[in-house]
Amino acid sequence: MDVRVQEAAFDLGSEANAFVAKQSGMGAVVTFTGIVRDLDGARLSTMEIEHYPGMTQKALDTIANEAASRWNLGDILIIHRYGMLHPDDLIMMVATAARHRADAFQAAEFLMDFLKSRAPFWKKEVTEAGTDWVAARDEDEDALSRW
Amino acid sequence: MMDVLYFAWVRERIGLPKERIDTPPATVMDLVNELRAREERYEAAFADLGALRVAVDQELSDFDAPLAGAREVAFFPPMTGG
Repeated sequence: MDVRVQEAAFDLGSEANAFVAKQSGMGAVVTFTGIVRDLDGARLSTMEIEHYPGMTQKALDTIANEAASRWNLGDILIIHRYGMLHPDDLIMMVATAARHRADAFQAAEFLMDFLKSRAPFWKKEVTEAGTDWVAARDEDEDALSRW
Repeated sequence: MMDVLYFAWVRERIGLPKERIDTPPATVMDLVNELRAREERYEAAFADLGALRVAVDQELSDFDAPLAGAREVAFFPPMTGG
């Protein structure tokens, strides 16, 4: 299991290849990547991601351990960035490896649902019109109840 | 001695990221009430508790949680990771 909170950019291809290369006996790897997208209407210049150093790593470890206990997984990778990002930058990725795809898909979805509302990150959008903290969506909170 | 941390718009509204409290109150709610009574900027930050989350010693917690022995309390809006 590898959980990284970092300011630096990461290379999706290299990370995915290295993750696959580490596994043995795993028939399935699922990856998900979150990308900074432009807003409808206003042009996004910067997305500032703030986090809670100290709590962030622990919260992500807890979420990853919970996924590992619920599904039959070979491995988990989580990378989540903070700091100043721009449209099309990669924010984060998760990868799950399992013998069979159902475990890998479900665990990746579980990780994403919990990362959304239980990992201490906050996003601020900077546009020509001003700055706005991204509000949490009710759907994201509701998504947790299915697990 | 206890550190109180603020993140995102809570930090911006109060105007500082962290402060130290010498004598921790009994519960998170007592701490909130103590802070609200201080100044308008605290009142503004804590006006709607439904819009806030709290962590005690870096674990998500509740407003009625006790603070005995706690070293760090953090207030922030609902998280937006991923």
